Amino acid sequence: MELLLVITMGCLYAAGVYLILKRSMVRLLLGIILLGNGTNILIFLLGNIVKGHPPVIAGELQSLTDVYSDPIPQALILTAIVISFGLTSFAIVLLKRVYAIIQTDDLDNLNTPEEEDI
Amino acid sequence: MISHIIIAPVLVHLFTAIVLLAFWEKILAHRIISIVGSLLGLIISVRLFTRVLNGPILTMNAANWDAPFGIVFVGDLMSTTFVLLTSIVALAVSIYSATGVSKGRIRYGYFPIFHFLILGLNGAFLTGDIFNLYVWFEVIIISSFVLLTIGGRKPQLEGAVKYMTLNILASTFFLTGIAILYGITGTLNIADLSQKILLVEKRAIVNMTAMFFVIGFGIKSALFPLYFWLPSSYHTPPSAVAAVFGGLLTKVGIYGFLRVFTLIFIPDDFIQLLLMGIGVMTIITGSFGAVIKNNLRRIFSYLILCHLGFVIGGLALFTEIAFIGLIFYLIHDIIIKSNLFLMAGLIRQLRGSMDLSRLGGIYGQYPKISLMMAVVLFSLAGIPPLSGFWPKIYLFDAGYQSSNYFFICGIIIGSFITLYLMAKIWSEVFWKDPKEEANSLDHFAPMPLFRKALLVFPIAFLAGVTLMIGLNAEFIIQVASKIAGEMADPTPYIEAVLVK
Repeated sequence: MELLLVITMGCLYAAGVYLILKRSMVRLLLGIILLGNGTNILIFLLGNIVKGHPPVIAGELQSLTDVYSDPIPQALILTAIVISFGLTSFAIVLLKRVYAIIQTDDLDNLNTPEEEDI
Repeated sequence: MISHIIIAPVLVHLFTAIVLLAFWEKILAHRIISIVGSLLGLIISVRLFTRVLNGPILTMNAANWDAPFGIVFVGDLMSTTFVLLTSIVALAVSIYSATGVSKGRIRYGYFPIFHFLILGLNGAFLTGDIFNLYVWFEVIIISSFVLLTIGGRKPQLEGAVKYMTLNILASTFFLTGIAILYGITGTLNIADLSQKILLVEKRAIVNMTAMFFVIGFGIKSALFPLYFWLPSSYHTPPSAVAAVFGGLLTKVGIYGFLRVFTLIFIPDDFIQLLLMGIGVMTIITGSFGAVIKNNLRRIFSYLILCHLGFVIGGLALFTEIAFIGLIFYLIHDIIIKSNLFLMAGLIRQLRGSMDLSRLGGIYGQYPKISLMMAVVLFSLAGIPPLSGFWPKIYLFDAGYQSSNYFFICGIIIGSFITLYLMAKIWSEVFWKDPKEEANSLDHFAPMPLFRKALLVFPIAFLAGVTLMIGLNAEFIIQVASKIAGEMADPTPYIEAVLVK
C-alpha cells in the first residue's frame, strides 16, 4: 500500500512540475492542481498507514502501546485540501478572465506589464 | 505567561472586516469603519508591544490544549514589533485608501479584503505553530490575489498570473517542507521542533528539509534567483495596495526565514554560505535592475529586492551584532517601503504619470510636500542621522568581525546605488523643469482641502515615524538588541511555550 502511494506521489510531483513548465495556461493550472495533490499524499504517507489500528486507547490501558495510525496528518490534509480548493477556484477564474482579455492560451503573451512605460 | 491579549490584533481586523461586509456598497461607511478599525488595531498593538517590551514573553494556547499538542500563539518581542509595524502601515494605508482608491474598487469590497490581509499578517507574526503559519500564509496570499486583481485592468491581470503561480508554488514547497519535518520529528510546534530536531540522526534529511523552506520563503520574500514575479506585478495595482505589498508581504517571508533559521535549522557552514550568496546576489541584481528602470514604482520594486539582501546577508553572518543590524533594518524598511509607494501614488496625482521623463518641477510648485518626501528619500539612502544609517553601522561591524568582505562589498554597492537613485529621482521628479502640459494633468490642485489632507497625512505620518526611528535611534537599538538576544539564545522562547 505504502509503496503504491509513494509511486503515485512521485508521479504527481513529476507531472505537476512538467506541466507548470509548459507555456499553456490550462496546463499550468493542471500542474498546480497535481502538485497540490502530490503534497497531500506526502502528508498522508507520514502518518503510519496501517489497517485496523485507530488511535484510541483501550479502556484498561493508560497509553497507546501498539502501532497506530496518526490522525494529525489526516487533519492537516483536510486543511490543505480546503485551502487548495479555494486557491484553485481563484486560479481558474483568473485564467479565464485573462483568456477573455488576451484571447490566447500562450503564457508568453502576458507581457503588457513589462512593455508599459519601462 | 498566558495572556489572551495576544490574539486581539487578529480579532480587531477580523471584526472590522465582518462589519465592513455588513455595509456592502456603502462607500462612506466603508472608509470610516476601516480607519476606525485600523486605529483600534494600532492602539492594541502598542499596548501589546509595551507589555512584551517590559515583561515576559506572552503565550496563548488555543482551546486550552497544552503547548506541544494544541496550536499556540506566542508574543515575543520580535512578533510584537512586527505586529506594531504592520498596524502603523495599516493605519496609514487605510487613511490613504479613503481617497487614493477608486469608488469602483471600494464598491467591490476593497476594504474588507484589505482587513483580511492585515489579519493574516498579524496571525502569521503571532503564531507559534508551523502548520498554522502555513494557514496564515494562505490567508495572506488569497487576500493579496484579490487586492492585486480588483479593478480588472489588463496589466493587473497579467501581473496577477505570475504572482499567483509563483505564490502557490511557494506554498507547495513550504507545505512539503512541513510534511517532511513532521515526518522526522512528529511535532508541529516551533519551540518543540527546535528541541526534537536535534535528536534526528540523519542530518542530511534535516538539511534537505531546510532547502524546502529556503525555496518556499525565498519565493515569498523575492530573493535571488526567485524574485522575477515581484517587479512584474508590484507596479500594476493601485498605490495603496502596492504600499501594503511592498512594505509587508515580502517581510512575512523574511520573518519566516528569521524564525525557522534561528529556532529549527541552526545554519551550518553550507547554509550560511548559501544564504550569504543569495543575499549578496539579491543586493546586486536588485540595485542594477533599479538603475535601468524609468518608472517610479518599478524602481521602488527593485529597491525592495535590493534591501532584502541586506537582511538575508545579516542572517547568514549569524552573530548577535548582525541580528541587531538586520532587525533595525527591517523596522526602518517596513515603514519606508510602504511610504515610497504611497509617495509614488501622490506623485501620480500631482503629475498624472509615474514615468521619470514626464515628471518634474514638483519642488517649485509644492515645496512642503517635496521636503517631506526628501526626508524619506534621504532616510532610504542612509544619510546620517536618518534611519537608514544606523543599521548599516551594525551590519558593517558584523561583516568586519566575521571578516566577510564579500558581504561588505555588497552593502557598499547596494547603498551607493540607492544613493545614486535617490539623487536621480530628486533631480528628475522634483528639480527638473516641469513639462508644459503639467498643470492640465494635476489632479491634486483642484481637490477640496479635506481630500488633499487625507492623501498627504498618511505620508507625513509615516515620514514622521521614519524621522523618529532615525532621531530616536537609541531606543530602537535597545529594542533590536533585545530581539537579537532572543534570536541568538532561544531558550526563553522555548521555556515560555513549553511551560509545564
